[in-house]
Amino acid sequence: MNHRRTLTGTLIAAALLASGCTGSGGSSEGADAKAPDDPSKVSGTIKVLTHRTDIVQDGTMKKYADDFNKTYPKVKVEFEALTDYEAEVKIRMNTENYGDVLMIPAVIKKNDYPKFFASLGTEKELSEKYRFTDFTAVDGKVYGQTTNGGTPGFVYNKKVWAEAGVTDWPTTPDEFLTDLAAIKSKTDAVPYYTNFAAQWPLTSWTYVNGSVSCDTGATTALSEGDPWAEGADLRVADTLLHDIVKQGLIEKDPTTTNWEGSKPRLAKGEIATAWLGSWAVLQFRQAAEKAGTDPDDIGFMPFPAQVDGKFCAVLSPDYQQAVNINSDHKEAARAWIDWFSTESGYADDNLLPSVLKDAPLPAALKPYEEAGVKLIELDDAKGAVVKEIDGASEVGIYGPAYRQDLVDLARGAKDGSLDDFLADLGKRWTEAEKTVGS
Amino acid sequence: MTRTRTTTPSHATEKEARPPTAAPPPPTPRRAPRKVRLWRKVTPWLFLAAPLALLIAFTYAPVANMLAYSFTDWDGVSPELNYTGTENYIEIFTRPELFQVFFVSGYYLAASAVQIAAALYFATILSFNIRFRNLFKGILFFPYLINGVAIGFVFLYFFQDGGTLDSVLALFGYESDRAWLGTSTSANVSLAGVSVWRYMGLNFVLFLGAIQSIPGELYEAAELDGANRWHQFRYIIAPGIRPVLSLSVILSISGSLSVFEIPYIMTGGATGTETFVIQTVKLAFQFNKTGLASAAAVVLLLIILAVTWLQRRLVPDDRVDLV
Repeated sequence: MNHRRTLTGTLIAAALLASGCTGSGGSSEGADAKAPDDPSKVSGTIKVLTHRTDIVQDGTMKKYADDFNKTYPKVKVEFEALTDYEAEVKIRMNTENYGDVLMIPAVIKKNDYPKFFASLGTEKELSEKYRFTDFTAVDGKVYGQTTNGGTPGFVYNKKVWAEAGVTDWPTTPDEFLTDLAAIKSKTDAVPYYTNFAAQWPLTSWTYVNGSVSCDTGATTALSEGDPWAEGADLRVADTLLHDIVKQGLIEKDPTTTNWEGSKPRLAKGEIATAWLGSWAVLQFRQAAEKAGTDPDDIGFMPFPAQVDGKFCAVLSPDYQQAVNINSDHKEAARAWIDWFSTESGYADDNLLPSVLKDAPLPAALKPYEEAGVKLIELDDAKGAVVKEIDGASEVGIYGPAYRQDLVDLARGAKDGSLDDFLADLGKRWTEAEKTVGS
Repeated sequence: MTRTRTTTPSHATEKEARPPTAAPPPPTPRRAPRKVRLWRKVTPWLFLAAPLALLIAFTYAPVANMLAYSFTDWDGVSPELNYTGTENYIEIFTRPELFQVFFVSGYYLAASAVQIAAALYFATILSFNIRFRNLFKGILFFPYLINGVAIGFVFLYFFQDGGTLDSVLALFGYESDRAWLGTSTSANVSLAGVSVWRYMGLNFVLFLGAIQSIPGELYEAAELDGANRWHQFRYIIAPGIRPVLSLSVILSISGSLSVFEIPYIMTGGATGTETFVIQTVKLAFQFNKTGLASAAAVVLLLIILAVTWLQRRLVPDDRVDLV
């Protein structure tokens, strides 16, 4: 008995101790990270948390830091690359120690931004020069600046598509399916690669939102109606994915797909198409170079839907860089953010659109310009609400689970019909809408 | 019980008898024994300090924290959290679909029966004198030493279309064209198979250790009495390893209820392979319902405790005396 009592005593002590550790420092709410006036005077060592393990390891980031030091000689930049970025940073954000500059993890609620990050300035002022400012704006103040923009789309092998006799981008989902069928019958390539096992590539289907309706209010629409109602963007996207799978236009065994392996295979023409994003173009071009095929065979096309005879592509921000509100070197951190997104050449190096409004489109999107694709930016005023509905409903439009179910359904590994499946998603979503944000 | 009673007095007399003869007369007769007594009291705690500190810091404190979170609506990162009482628990018990995933555990439960049988078989065989027994011991135990994540990746290649399994089957003239992880049943059976491959080594070593602790004379005596190998197993080995066997059963039941690594790495819970723990992880990290997920984890803990308790009631763990 005695022993047991001491044990419970220890447990209670431990519990008290532990719960004391959970509170996080949000005391300095409202700090600003001002851009320095004189680059030569800013000093300090800043730590940058990044998800780009690859370019930290191969020294590319170090080169950017060296360039940065040419303008800001007294600032020392250190990088910490995290493989499982979202999960690791999420845990670290319970402390004050989450770098000086970091990419804002998706899990942080927009309304909490002022508690975690220093403000970069007012939205009014910044939005004149930069894109996507409203994605991180809370009460008129901006808390993050993205490193680059991007747009979702199909990465495809031009040679394979031409071999199948398709030279123009399909303009409707049906046409797209016909083209994939042509690829299947006329070539040896896998018409479409799902990347089912890698999971995250499936989530990019969510970013179709906006390209079908060509509506800048597409995010707001998600927060108000049923995203899987007849004709809604996500329904069109999910139906297309379902039909691609159902008609057998995918790899033989989606459950064991291999993302790294898919890059050289697409470059070599063994895979024809994959729905990803503009960020992927560079990686596939590099894979083509490694595999000894022509990088120019890698093409990029918008979602097969047109409004008034024009394709629509949604430009959206990548990870947003922000300054830790607890940082001791906020000026230096701010200097890095500004320099990295505008002067480093990072966006250009990755063939991605710049955050600057007046910058020209990157080479990878030149065909878009020629084809007259309309580039739109979605209004993100309701972005936070959509995320909340997503969590509350456990649908997970930003996660892979429901699309994996969709693919399983389409290939017959799961019972049910597409209509019921989407109706169920819509029901859960609209029910959650009622409880959230009211 | 009787045994310990009879032995204690003899020890006690020994202890009492020794000091006057063995210990040299201490210079300060009054203080030293107290010091010694103090040290005697403190020493075990000093030895225990390190493991206890680790245990509290990495097991009990997180568990206590989790208990606390399970009564809140915390999202895992926000500085604000509200006390919600038993709301999370009510939600868990009013959503039957959250418990459906336990059907998946059935596959692993069936697999652990196979696993224990196989481990017992190998342990028995290798406890007799046969050639290369150390090599076989090594081979059988090796999978357990490999990191679970690595195993997940290895077996992803193994089950791939045209992967290791398909090519091995092709060697034997069987052209398989099935997607091993393609359907819910096939995927669960495949994953449970991986789990058997991984954990059989542990069961095997436990059984082997127990078997080898049986005194060798017993076998000799049995052989003299004309017992064959089966009789030796039935009347010497089986009763001799009963406590270890029941421990293995408990471990495999709680293991089957809380399967995580292998399905999480290999399928991420897709195609009907989601287990209760994967579901909990998804709640916590994908839907940011840390409070609800903590409650789910507590419920799982209680279920496992209940199952273990029930099992101990049904199969009491009484001591076996071989001699």
